[in-house]
Amino acid sequence: MSDTVAYEEKKLKIIGTRPIRPDGVDKVTGRARYGADINLPGQLFGSVYRSPYPHAIIKSIDVSAALAIPGVKAAITGDDFEDMPSQFIPVGEMVVNFRDMTRNVIAREKALYDGHPIVAIAAISESIAKEALKHIKVDFEILPHVIDVVEAMKPGATLLHEEQYTLIERKRLGSEPTTESPPKEPSNIAKRLTWEKGDIENGFSKAHIIIEKEFNTKPVHQGYIEPHATVATCTEDGQVEVYTCSQGHFVIRSQCAKLLGIEVSKIKVIPTELGGGFGGKNNVYLEPLAIMLSKIVHRPVKMVMSRNEVFRATGPSPAGHVKVKIGCDKNGNIVAADAQIDMQSGAFPGSPLPQATITCFTRYDIENVRVIGHDVTTNRPKVAAYRAPGAPIAAFGVESVMDELAEKLSIDPLDLRIMNAAKEGTQTYYGVTFPQIGFLETLKRAKAHKNYNIPLEKNQGRGVATGFWMNIGNDTTSSLNVNDDGTIALTIGTIDVAGGSRSSLAMMVAEEFGIDSDKVRVTTGDTSQLGFNFVTAGSRGTFAGGIVAILAARKAIEECKIRAAKTWNVPLDEVVWEDGYARPASSNVGGFDPLSLADIAKNATKTGGPIAGHSEKNVQGAGPGFGTQIVDVEVDKETGSVKILRHTVIQDAGKAIHPAYVEGQYQGGAVQGIGWALNEEYIYGDDGKLQNTGFLDYRVPVASDVPFIDTDIVEVPNPYHPYGVRGIGEVPIIPPTAAIANAVYKATGIRFNSLPLSPPKVLAAITKK
Amino acid sequence: MTRRHIEAKINGDNCDFLCESNETLLSVIRNQLQLTGTKEGCSTGDCGACSVMLDGRLVCSCLTLAVEVEGKNIDTIEGMSNGEDLHILQRKFLEHAALQCGICTPGFLIAARALLEKNPNPTETEVRYWLAGNLCRCTGYHKIVEAVLDAAEEMRG
Ligand code: FES
Ligand code: FES
Repeated sequence: MSDTVAYEEKKLKIIGTRPIRPDGVDKVTGRARYGADINLPGQLFGSVYRSPYPHAIIKSIDVSAALAIPGVKAAITGDDFEDMPSQFIPVGEMVVNFRDMTRNVIAREKALYDGHPIVAIAAISESIAKEALKHIKVDFEILPHVIDVVEAMKPGATLLHEEQYTLIERKRLGSEPTTESPPKEPSNIAKRLTWEKGDIENGFSKAHIIIEKEFNTKPVHQGYIEPHATVATCTEDGQVEVYTCSQGHFVIRSQCAKLLGIEVSKIKVIPTELGGGFGGKNNVYLEPLAIMLSKIVHRPVKMVMSRNEVFRATGPSPAGHVKVKIGCDKNGNIVAADAQIDMQSGAFPGSPLPQATITCFTRYDIENVRVIGHDVTTNRPKVAAYRAPGAPIAAFGVESVMDELAEKLSIDPLDLRIMNAAKEGTQTYYGVTFPQIGFLETLKRAKAHKNYNIPLEKNQGRGVATGFWMNIGNDTTSSLNVNDDGTIALTIGTIDVAGGSRSSLAMMVAEEFGIDSDKVRVTTGDTSQLGFNFVTAGSRGTFAGGIVAILAARKAIEECKIRAAKTWNVPLDEVVWEDGYARPASSNVGGFDPLSLADIAKNATKTGGPIAGHSEKNVQGAGPGFGTQIVDVEVDKETGSVKILRHTVIQDAGKAIHPAYVEGQYQGGAVQGIGWALNEEYIYGDDGKLQNTGFLDYRVPVASDVPFIDTDIVEVPNPYHPYGVRGIGEVPIIPPTAAIANAVYKATGIRFNSLPLSPPKVLAAITKK
Repeated sequence: MTRRHIEAKINGDNCDFLCESNETLLSVIRNQLQLTGTKEGCSTGDCGACSVMLDGRLVCSCLTLAVEVEGKNIDTIEGMSNGEDLHILQRKFLEHAALQCGICTPGFLIAARALLEKNPNPTETEVRYWLAGNLCRCTGYHKIVEAVLDAAEEMRG
């Protein structure tokens, strides 16, 4: 692959060890500053009036009574923002249409979901700002609403966007797709996306066994513990400074610039520590409102969401309605696979449909494939990315059907997957041909794992499932300076989204130089300090951030060699860099003592000035990630509750830079998957209002719900990373839903095709049986 | 609204503040005393990020009214380490990589210390149930539970 950085096998000193994370002490002492911890002198407090209805025309808004309250300084509505043309621009893991984004930030003609922002207020205290909201008068004309994805797709369904006509996109591997005429009537189906490979009809005609099933999943929230928070200042001359907790401060800057019509250079975004994101903090919510309010009052405006607002108005993952049909020959070889994925995108188009459709069958080498996807608008908050966006929804269906096929064919479920596994050279239905990948290794290690062979008791069951995520690279920059004592200052533009990437990047740089990793201090730069960085998402932080950090280090090392050559007065090619020292290439060069990084740094002024390296790159060559999980459950037949007894994550990391952080990603992702499988769901009333807007009713797993999560790190190097790194963050959340459903089947004899497997649902099914 | 004058102790130091009668202890700690290590994740008592000790009792500061703390001792994360020395739990959290984003960490540390004061030799299950009031969305709890068990062992000596 051109423009990639090749893997080199070498002896490692730092990589693979487990140093203490550099942000650790700040985090255990309460010093680390997150979004809501930032306070600026003279700040005002902003709060948002939100629609109490899922769907309503906004006939008029009267803020005069609110503004009359002493201490209320400004009020803004959708009219304060320039309208935007309808244009699809890729941002983050999603495609963004700014016409929609401006309407999601603050409603214009209609409120499209319960919680949709309508007015934002700035006041001298939080309590006055909250009080002012009660005095805002909005004249609504309430419209019928539609919440369910299948309902929303039906002809005659209530329309969210009268002008929305289904966009047709068809892709066919190796040949021109057949055309499909676009519908003439508007609908809630924003897009219909089809992938095809081979001949699906012919494939199924050769099948010995075909299983076809329908599945439903509910929206689940990313559930980061830190609510969205921002402080924005706009000066009289239009200079904007924004503190915010996001996964991509450069993208936040771009979005704000666009939505507010401000030049990019006038906006500086300073990232705070991030209290969890998981894809949900890739896009703006509060930032444009805070900037607009500050533009009026010229004081800093701080805005913090309540948990209720986070649930009602920030992106959950979509709901999915999925049909899966897989056919196998007698021996278990898959001959054809067909799926339809209907995804609810919320109030505006743009669900992770591309990712769901791409990842759907991609773990397997299948000749004949068709995947059709629909992106469907409904009266719910606009969905956002959530860890491997879209993939768990498709995988729940596919991995459940695989389990049933294995059972019907009397093949071990792991063997069925081993038989059909994609490997190096497999061409996917979306066109990519896999380089070296580690899927088979994860399956084989699962089969041999002690947890796969522990005997089970009554009411217990074991399930397996697999996951795939393509991983991404994208625009990434970093700047490295050698300090005058030979320590290193590395400035990065990706966010440490919690996985410990600051530590991992310091370790890679230390490995390059041959110094200890605590000699490298890593700082996340603000948007004025570095070139553009894409959001830290798609499992790219350690992979792409690592590549630019390594390239920056290599440039600085090259410069160090130049300085040594100068000092010794020898040609550059007679200097080598080894273990933190410049050394003569051979004894023929002369009897020079090696120069340490500190020696070279000390003399930098004399040899030409400060030493630095930087790198800016659209990073390519992300290594596809694969994982297999084994789950043992016990079902309580009296209560319907499902207890996770053992949970094992076996996943290819390419190379674990800091193994403890890799384990942490596997464990954290798996437990989020357990929540998705067993408890979490958005519950709407008939009135279209979200009913569970707090952690009491939206139940994420707590410590007593889960066991220790066993991990097994497989290391099949990514050929396009100097140390072999693959992204690892997304895959762990993909297998749990199906693995748990498969385990529950073994324990109860009942197949569950809809999530979550909450106690009432499981109990009802057991009682019926 | 008239504001009440309250005197209390925070991490051993005297402090006083004015508060409205409906103001929470969490709000006072974060906004008036400017100790932002105590976090707000929900304000409804469901996440444990705001955990503090009030006269030696573990409470959610978001559910405690500021006026209730008159004359009491409040202990927050900022008072947990002893000069140069981190508390054993803090050190074990670092060694076990028991934190990722870290927003939940102060609450977990405060809650875990309260557990070990009551029960120096907890089982894994006891640790899990005691910490069930603290949500962590990043770690899956594995390394947190390991860190607490390891700290307990070291504290027992
Ligand atoms: S903020 Fe107090 S329990 Fe969540
Ligand atoms: S470390 Fe992020 S919530 Fe616990």
